[in-house]
Amino acid sequence: MKADLRNSPVVDQVGIEERVARFNTRSLKKQTKVNGLKLALSMIDLTTLEGKDTEGKVKQMCYKAIHPYDDIAGLPSVAAVCVYPKYVKTAKQALEGSTVKVASVATAFPSGNSTLEIKISDTKFAVDNGADEIDMVISRGEFLKGNYNFVFDEIAAIKEACGKARLKVILETGELSTLDNVRYASDIAIHAGADFIKTSTGKIQPAATMPVTLVMLEAIKDYYFKTGIMIGMKPAGGISTAKSSLQYLVMVYETLGPKWMSNQWFRFGASSLANDIILQLAKEKNGVYFSKDYISID
Amino acid sequence: MSTETATDFTWNYAPAPEAKDHAKIKKQYDLFINGEWVKPSSKKYYNTISPSTEEVLSSVAEANEKDVDLAVKAARNAYEKVWKKMPAKERAKYIFRIARMIQERSRELAVIETMNGGKSIRESRDFDVPTAANHFFYYAGWADKLEYAFPNRNPKSLGVAAQIIPWNFPLLMAAWKIAPALATGNTVVLKPAESTPLTALKLAEIIQDCDLPPGVVNIITGFGKTGAAMVNHPDVNKIAFTGSTDVGKIIQKSIAGTNKKVTLELGGKAANIIFDDAPINQAVEGIINGIFFNQGHVCCAGSRLFVQESVAEEVIQKLKSRMETLIVGDPMDKNTDVGAINSKEQLLKINEYLQIGTNEGLELFQTSCKVPAKGFFCKPSLFIGAAQSNRVVQEEIFGPVLTIQTFRTIEEVIEKANNIPYGLSAGVWTDKGSKIFNLTSKMRAGVVWANTYNKFDPTSPFGGYKESGFGREGGLHGLMPYLSF
Repeated sequence: MKADLRNSPVVDQVGIEERVARFNTRSLKKQTKVNGLKLALSMIDLTTLEGKDTEGKVKQMCYKAIHPYDDIAGLPSVAAVCVYPKYVKTAKQALEGSTVKVASVATAFPSGNSTLEIKISDTKFAVDNGADEIDMVISRGEFLKGNYNFVFDEIAAIKEACGKARLKVILETGELSTLDNVRYASDIAIHAGADFIKTSTGKIQPAATMPVTLVMLEAIKDYYFKTGIMIGMKPAGGISTAKSSLQYLVMVYETLGPKWMSNQWFRFGASSLANDIILQLAKEKNGVYFSKDYISID
Repeated sequence: MSTETATDFTWNYAPAPEAKDHAKIKKQYDLFINGEWVKPSSKKYYNTISPSTEEVLSSVAEANEKDVDLAVKAARNAYEKVWKKMPAKERAKYIFRIARMIQERSRELAVIETMNGGKSIRESRDFDVPTAANHFFYYAGWADKLEYAFPNRNPKSLGVAAQIIPWNFPLLMAAWKIAPALATGNTVVLKPAESTPLTALKLAEIIQDCDLPPGVVNIITGFGKTGAAMVNHPDVNKIAFTGSTDVGKIIQKSIAGTNKKVTLELGGKAANIIFDDAPINQAVEGIINGIFFNQGHVCCAGSRLFVQESVAEEVIQKLKSRMETLIVGDPMDKNTDVGAINSKEQLLKINEYLQIGTNEGLELFQTSCKVPAKGFFCKPSLFIGAAQSNRVVQEEIFGPVLTIQTFRTIEEVIEKANNIPYGLSAGVWTDKGSKIFNLTSKMRAGVVWANTYNKFDPTSPFGGYKESGFGREGGLHGLMPYLSF
């Protein structure tokens, strides 16, 4: 299909916010809630992206990814762990035999202010070490300058470097300032070859918000209507409660439909969300809340 | 353990019913006249039901001419002896009190509104009841500022207002009518629609609890005959009616030659116009909100959709897909988007129009949802490929039925949008400000929404052109019909 990005549709912010408010009035109870929470748990990309990361921390996180909370039977493992390229090998070894994927940020994360050569070699390093998924950042500076072709070409080049690894394109919506920009960046990323589009690095505020995510879901939906090709979505940063994860799921369910309700097509980039989901699932099971001290913080 | 979940995850939301045990509905309601509950001289009562379950909720009195006379006399007496003489800022306190009491009992009012009217609890909770309270708050503020609202014009109250309201927003319409009438110093006889009297009667209880002087607000129930008696009563100074155009015409005839002032808020058949440069996804949301809000029982519903040819296919595809996500069913469930049709008669009328449209050769699309076996329900419906001459385009259906027409140029759409006996409201969707101003100035409609639909605020006037009636309700303009200068 020929991409005509000049016709990227406009977005009405008031309308988006009203729609989000409607999603948030949905009342999820009983089994619906439990099913939703388990699904949300299985969609988490457990993340550690800090300068002070250690191999030990990554290993512990991988264990947690496979065994989120063994006291509750039938809990799924999370979707993936997300680490810097340096720790991909460690994570890959720690996750061997499990279905948990290894995602790695690359392309001079989080600012992306480097040369294409470095970004490609960063990506290749992660892929060669066994990364299943690459989370790249777009060049926001070039985007805001209006240099859209540059952004497009860069994504396409990284996609090529990814080989078989799935590519998530981080728009860093907190730096894009308008929803129209978010929509346009989404369309560029999708047409340039993104398998997933992702809101944020987690390093900039605001990170993921529901209005921004809805705009991106609409871009995915419009592309699906035109081509029949599914693109994944990953809001990241700032989603820390079970309740808000359910609100996101309602939004995905009612915007894209049941097909997207799997961790193949939807992810949460989060570190503390898993524990709140576990807490709520334990409450549904036991009828009472227990102390957070019963849940490991890895 | 697995990370891959089933790809076709169905996620039917578990029932989330709003509790109704706190809503107190009496077995029988008398007439609220002169601050008391009075047995009707007709001795007749009729049952009022829940349209979503068909169960009887209560029985209410049917007021005859004698009862109407009693109510008007009580209103006249209260007007001459108390309300007219009361300092305006004291009047305002009573109106504030009513507003606060509505807020305090908002949950009960919302539940009863939904039980009696069939609209979803989400709407009665988030829209009807809070907006009703806001109307009282807003007009309470005007009561002692009328000289500032109309400087050098010496505004004076009229006397007794007879107010007849419809069944689509029972409590909200009562608020629209009562609040400005009281603020301007008039007294009121109000009749709710026969099928939805309960929240108005609850409002009577609130008014009683507010210690409003007896007779200032009288609320009587009954059918069209009761309404006719109110309109024809010689001691009524002002008539405010919201309802069908047919009845509006009857009222207009019957008061010819009298000194009665009148405002009529009648039917509508609004054009909702989508240009190709519109924010399409939000426009689709606006179409949904325009026609399926309150099951389409809205006089200003965006029932005629005009889509620019180049985006028609896309809009229709998205609209269908969005309609499939609407949850239709038990209005007491907090997740329900589209509740029950207000009455059996109305459902029959809607079904008749669905038949007419089909017979006229239009393509009918209805969502695949299941509707409950009991109660009155209608699936959200679209007529695709409609033309200006189709009856479903020309006549008000007052249900969840949308007709879709396409257009090429702005001149064409203005002409078609205005080519209708009604002129209550319209919507326009485009990213271009100049287009909005060009179009809104040429639409013969009382309200034109740009890039949104069905937005109401007490500060904003509302009313129609042509067969949609005259007079304005809401805002500063809403004071004028209750004043003489």
